[in-house]
Amino acid sequence: MSQPHFLPLIIGVGNEYRGDDAVGLIVARRLKERLADSAKVLEQSGDGAALMDAWRGADAVIIIDAVTSGAAAGAIHRFDANTRPIPNDAFRCSTHAFGVAEAIELSRALMRLPRSLVVYGIEGKNFGDGVGLSPEVEKAACEAVRQVFAETHSRPMFANPDDPFDANAKNNHLL
Amino acid sequence: MKSGTIKVDYLARVEGEGALYIKVKGGAVEDVRLKIFEPPRFFEAFLRGRHYSEAPDITSRICGICPVAYQMSAVHAMENAFGVKVDGQLRALRRLMYCGEWIESHSLHIFLLHAPDFLGYEDAFKMAKDHRAVVELGLRLKKAGNEIMALLGGREIHPINLRVGGFYKTPGKRELLGLAEALKRARDEALETVRWTAALDFPDFEQDYEFVALRHANEYPFNEGRIVSNKGLDISASEFDEHVIEEQAHYSNALHSTLKGRGEYLAGPMARYNLNFDKLSPLAREAAREAGLSSECRNPFRSIIVRSVEVLYACDEALRVIEEYEAPDRAAVEIVPRPGVGYGSTEAPRGLLYHRYKVDERGLIADAKIVPPTSQNQKRIETDLRRFVPYYLDLPKEQLKWRCEQAVRNYDPCISCATHFLRLEIERE
Repeated sequence: MSQPHFLPLIIGVGNEYRGDDAVGLIVARRLKERLADSAKVLEQSGDGAALMDAWRGADAVIIIDAVTSGAAAGAIHRFDANTRPIPNDAFRCSTHAFGVAEAIELSRALMRLPRSLVVYGIEGKNFGDGVGLSPEVEKAACEAVRQVFAETHSRPMFANPDDPFDANAKNNHLL
Repeated sequence: MKSGTIKVDYLARVEGEGALYIKVKGGAVEDVRLKIFEPPRFFEAFLRGRHYSEAPDITSRICGICPVAYQMSAVHAMENAFGVKVDGQLRALRRLMYCGEWIESHSLHIFLLHAPDFLGYEDAFKMAKDHRAVVELGLRLKKAGNEIMALLGGREIHPINLRVGGFYKTPGKRELLGLAEALKRARDEALETVRWTAALDFPDFEQDYEFVALRHANEYPFNEGRIVSNKGLDISASEFDEHVIEEQAHYSNALHSTLKGRGEYLAGPMARYNLNFDKLSPLAREAAREAGLSSECRNPFRSIIVRSVEVLYACDEALRVIEEYEAPDRAAVEIVPRPGVGYGSTEAPRGLLYHRYKVDERGLIADAKIVPPTSQNQKRIETDLRRFVPYYLDLPKEQLKWRCEQAVRNYDPCISCATHFLRLEIERE
């Protein structure tokens, strides 16, 4: 079993060969270059059980995935999994019967949800076979990198709630 | 419900998305359609012009659920085209990798997708609140499978270590031994799972199937064997196209497979079990008997027990491979591409997966054909529903709809393989 760790965990989810479905992976790759050692960055296909394993013991987790909610292509949604259920309809572009939304809800039922878990959903347009993002989604990928980078550098997010010397711990309302 | 339609716009707890439409008129089922909209033919087009060595990795992306199966059928087809035989420890490692995929795929289906149907829950989350230990057991078993794939495949999802001719890198004995402890525990838990599934309630619904699966002289089939049936079919992979017809149904883009002159058939765990019971390990055979299964199982609802028996077998077989393993001198045999056609069929968790490639003198793919298990089973799933629904027509519509979905889940359909989207409708008239 993984040991508890306080390094932020960023997980990009998607399928490289399904057009805009790759956006989570692409954002994760770009973040990995920028975040260097200040975060752990993983790429996953979106298998729910693997996700649950990946975030086991993690304190703060950010997931980036493509979504189809009917919004304009390239729209960026931010879901705080700790405060409300994740709308699994939005993640239906995944081929997994047990994917991101299911992993979050099962973790909640098993009381295994990380202390903070945020999902960035980027609205995709083309989920057909092939490689490459739609222009709107490519633009959103750049913006998502900026937003997630900023979020991982907002100190309160990764404050240790049990650390009495951490002034931000009690004001941790960002997630 | 005497007349009307049942529509399920989105079938939950199946891999990928699809729809079901059932029309009932005057107390009789008039029409059943399992709708699938996006065929994998685009992938076949995507493969054309690619180098043969790319086929395993590209096809493994057709579905995130059973990537090993796609890689295996692709490497076997290419090796068949180039006249290459992979044996010894490299062959054993491929079996081990397949064990990993069966364990993780079956565990997911048994505990998180199928069990809620038997225990009366809408989904696994609601079930988890009351049956936490069961769900935790399922997750542990799945992880044991994932660990095999992570070690041999280089990573859990979309393994990248498998190649035509063998592997990019083979593990040392000590690395494999590292898996043994977890697998022994998984084997005990798999045995517990067989007993647990055997105690569930099953509707009395036995059918006369033509089961189709691989059969090998010495082993329960993963990668090799003749394609056989309980009704006399006995062919090699290279004869698949002569015996299996793929037809377009007007309401679905996925192709329906039938046996020439004989009609629909069933691939998957029940087919493998019925055709290869004698090749299971003694432990798995004994557990099956103890669970009340004979060498024959024709009730699709009991497929949850059969899957558990296969998980137990896969744990047992994985431990055997690990124990007998000696690191091979080389990770892959040499491949010299030559023009020709290659055929490969292996046993994906959901059943027979057929690949055929035509390769030119430069080793480039000129033509590709992929027949996934779900499209082979599609017609048989519809027939089962046509026979199953009449027993439940007295139920209120919502319950009937749920029964239909449960029946579809017996087959663990992977719509992502057969296509990408599935939705369910039932129409009253």
